[in-house]
Amino acid sequence: MSLKIDQDHSRFRKIVRGKIRQNLRKYISQGELIGKQGKDVVSIPIPQIDIPRFRFADRQQGGVGQGDGEPGDPLSGSDQQGDGTGQAGSDPGEHLLEVDVTLDELAEILGEELELPNIEDRGKSSIVDRKDRYVGIRTVGPASLRHWKRTFRNTIKRQIAMGTYDQKRPVIIPTREDMRYRSWKTEEEPVANAVIVYMMDVSGSMGDEQKEIVRIESFWIDAWLQKQYKGLDTRFVIHDAVAREVDRDTFFRTRESGGTMISSAYKLCSQIIEADYPASEWNIYPFHFSDGDNWSVDDTLLCVDILRNKLLPVSNVFCYGQVESPYGSGQFIKDLKEHLKEDDRLITSEIRDRDAIVGSIRDFLGKGR
Amino acid sequence: MATYALKTHLPPYLRDEQRRIEAFAREMGLDFFPTVFEMLTYDQMNEVASYGGFPTRYPHWRFGMEYERMSKSAEYGLHRIYEMVINNNPSIAYLLEGNSLVDQKLVMAHVFAHVDFFKNNYTFATTNQGVDSRTGEPIRKWIDTMANHGAIVRRWANRIGIDKIESFIDHCLSLENLIDPNKPYQPTRKKKTRGEEEDERAKEKPEEPQLLRVDRDYMESFINPEEFVEKQRRRIEKEKEKEKRFPERPDRDVLGFLIDHAPLERWERDVLTIVRREAYYFYPQMQTKVMNEGWASYWHSRIMTTRVCDASEIIEYADRNAGVMSTASGQLNPYKLGVELYRHIEERWNRGQFGKEWEECDDLEARRHWDRRTGLGREKIFQVRKLYNDVMFIDEYLTPEFVADQKLYAFGYNNRNDRWEIETRKFEAVKSRLLFQLTNAGQPFVCVEDANYGNRGELLLRHDHQGIDLRLDWAREVLCSLERVWKRPAEIHTILDGKPTLLRFDGNEHVQRPMK
Repeated sequence: MSLKIDQDHSRFRKIVRGKIRQNLRKYISQGELIGKQGKDVVSIPIPQIDIPRFRFADRQQGGVGQGDGEPGDPLSGSDQQGDGTGQAGSDPGEHLLEVDVTLDELAEILGEELELPNIEDRGKSSIVDRKDRYVGIRTVGPASLRHWKRTFRNTIKRQIAMGTYDQKRPVIIPTREDMRYRSWKTEEEPVANAVIVYMMDVSGSMGDEQKEIVRIESFWIDAWLQKQYKGLDTRFVIHDAVAREVDRDTFFRTRESGGTMISSAYKLCSQIIEADYPASEWNIYPFHFSDGDNWSVDDTLLCVDILRNKLLPVSNVFCYGQVESPYGSGQFIKDLKEHLKEDDRLITSEIRDRDAIVGSIRDFLGKGR
Repeated sequence: MATYALKTHLPPYLRDEQRRIEAFAREMGLDFFPTVFEMLTYDQMNEVASYGGFPTRYPHWRFGMEYERMSKSAEYGLHRIYEMVINNNPSIAYLLEGNSLVDQKLVMAHVFAHVDFFKNNYTFATTNQGVDSRTGEPIRKWIDTMANHGAIVRRWANRIGIDKIESFIDHCLSLENLIDPNKPYQPTRKKKTRGEEEDERAKEKPEEPQLLRVDRDYMESFINPEEFVEKQRRRIEKEKEKEKRFPERPDRDVLGFLIDHAPLERWERDVLTIVRREAYYFYPQMQTKVMNEGWASYWHSRIMTTRVCDASEIIEYADRNAGVMSTASGQLNPYKLGVELYRHIEERWNRGQFGKEWEECDDLEARRHWDRRTGLGREKIFQVRKLYNDVMFIDEYLTPEFVADQKLYAFGYNNRNDRWEIETRKFEAVKSRLLFQLTNAGQPFVCVEDANYGNRGELLLRHDHQGIDLRLDWAREVLCSLERVWKRPAEIHTILDGKPTLLRFDGNEHVQRPMK
């Protein structure tokens, strides 16, 4: 049902959007939104928006209360602000306001704030989706689809033509022939699907903080690509010296202590793509996060080889994010840049700390591919 | 009844209840406007509540924010709006669809007492819009007025854009509390033309000192001695000085002053006038929060327990009533305080605990058993509901016994422990804290001091500091709004941390510095 307040409400939502945008960098680097994610909305705490007035400073004012306790006892629930005006509960003080924002909207805000370009269609649209749209009118159909206005109009037309319409007593009686019903047409529309393959180094040198950074970053990458593509698949690969595919939870929780062979992950990734995601139909986004340590120069060369011959040709972009850790040498990113600098499908980004997440998201998604 | 846009008529079984409860209320002496109940679904209820009870207001995002907050907390089950009633003639009250029958009856009983209060309490007389010549009843068509305000603002919005209007409303609302509660009681002064003003001045205020009549020359220096003449001259000069000041006297009705004297466009003046008029409309409700809610609670409990509830309903009623009366630490429940104080007064006047003899009696035992069987309680509380506002109510009837019985305490923020603490249970302290909170509806006193400050047409306000500083970040924002409306720099003189301080905004930057 539409209410009068809807207009005021939507203008308020606009203000909220502005606030979220203002604070987006903070939300991103603190990662507080991830825990608040519902099915397809995120509830975001924003500082209460209020109209400033000449008012007394809260803490000086104090107030009067009612109940047990000796002088000097703390009020229970001390974070409650002493609401001075004696209006119990009518003045909510300075609490945070929680607003629900859909993931889609959030992605849009992210896009606006980071000035991310929309992803260009690569023309991979062999998958077709069928969609019913109510566009036409028929003379038969179920009562639930009756088009009231058209039916009424037909009836009146007929009655006037037949001369049975009396202006003084405008009774309209539809017959079966007057009835009109909405009808639908099935339209076929091409859809673009995408898959993200997240790969992460879980060897001993990747600490909790590094993983948290990856988690935050992947949340926003998900949100953005979700908005860009109708169907989005995500796959997760962890590796130390060997790689294996895991689910999302395990991906962020696992910690191994072995060495690091990045090539193992790239191999697995390429297998996954070959098996499930033909490049002609899918937009493919492999993301790899590590601290930049690799076992040997030989393995690095193997990685470069896999990238050049297998992964890069099928991917929209291949993103490598290097999270700085106290143990990692950080060599891998330099090697990649050296060997593959001519290929613009490879995007690398160094993530020093949480504040660098925003910049890195922009690195990855800023090309619009 | 008129036809309303919403189909919100009461179902027959509730109409019957309404008739029954209305009869009880009248029988007990309540005197109210005709009252129309409407039944709303919960999102309609949230909408109406966001609009402060009115079906239509001017467009503004803060109503949308209220709506968001209310529907959120209703969804989470944090609170439910049971009752809402508008000070209007006829009065409109809303019932929430899906509430239990006991709830609905409780709300009705509560509402009739509210409407009685609206009709009879003296503060609400300021919301009269005239008197119906046929019935002699006051005219209060505020629902229409609010809808008209909406129409005016919407029309301007169509002409010059909602964004511009809305941001100006933001500024006006920042100034909303700068009104003079005494203004409605002062006779409206007719505006004088310039010519009239000058005539008057010439008549009243002579340029030369007026000397006493001297019949004989030689008496001159005795009857009009040098000092006397000098004094007269100085007085005239001083008066002239004062006249140059504008406004002549500090004006607390800042909104009214701005409407009259700020260089406003027509739409700006319309918007500001609307905000001001609505502020004055809502003021009596802020002035009588404790009394009004207390009165309604007093009567709903009386009507429900003595007349309406049968044995099967009384437990549910008691449960609901306890919820309404509950107190949380650090918050004062106006329902509870009000109803207890009315009962306290009723008890005292029933037992004759007033007057000189009572005041002077300091025998505790005698006081405890004092009973003159005067039986004036009911009459007294009706008198109180007519002639008092919250400040007077507390000032006159709060007694040490009451404060002890009700376990009232004063609390404050302890900076050392970084927490809110109970400070004291002493009667004087509790009373003065309570009065402070209620005085001027808990708002700081601010007035226009000089509208030609520094002879540069700047606006100077003064905060009459009563021991508590202004909230600084908000004060700065308000100065921005003042500057926007006055279109010249705005300044306020206040006291911060014990030092006289000026805050100033000139359109570009804020200045804060101590004054000599």
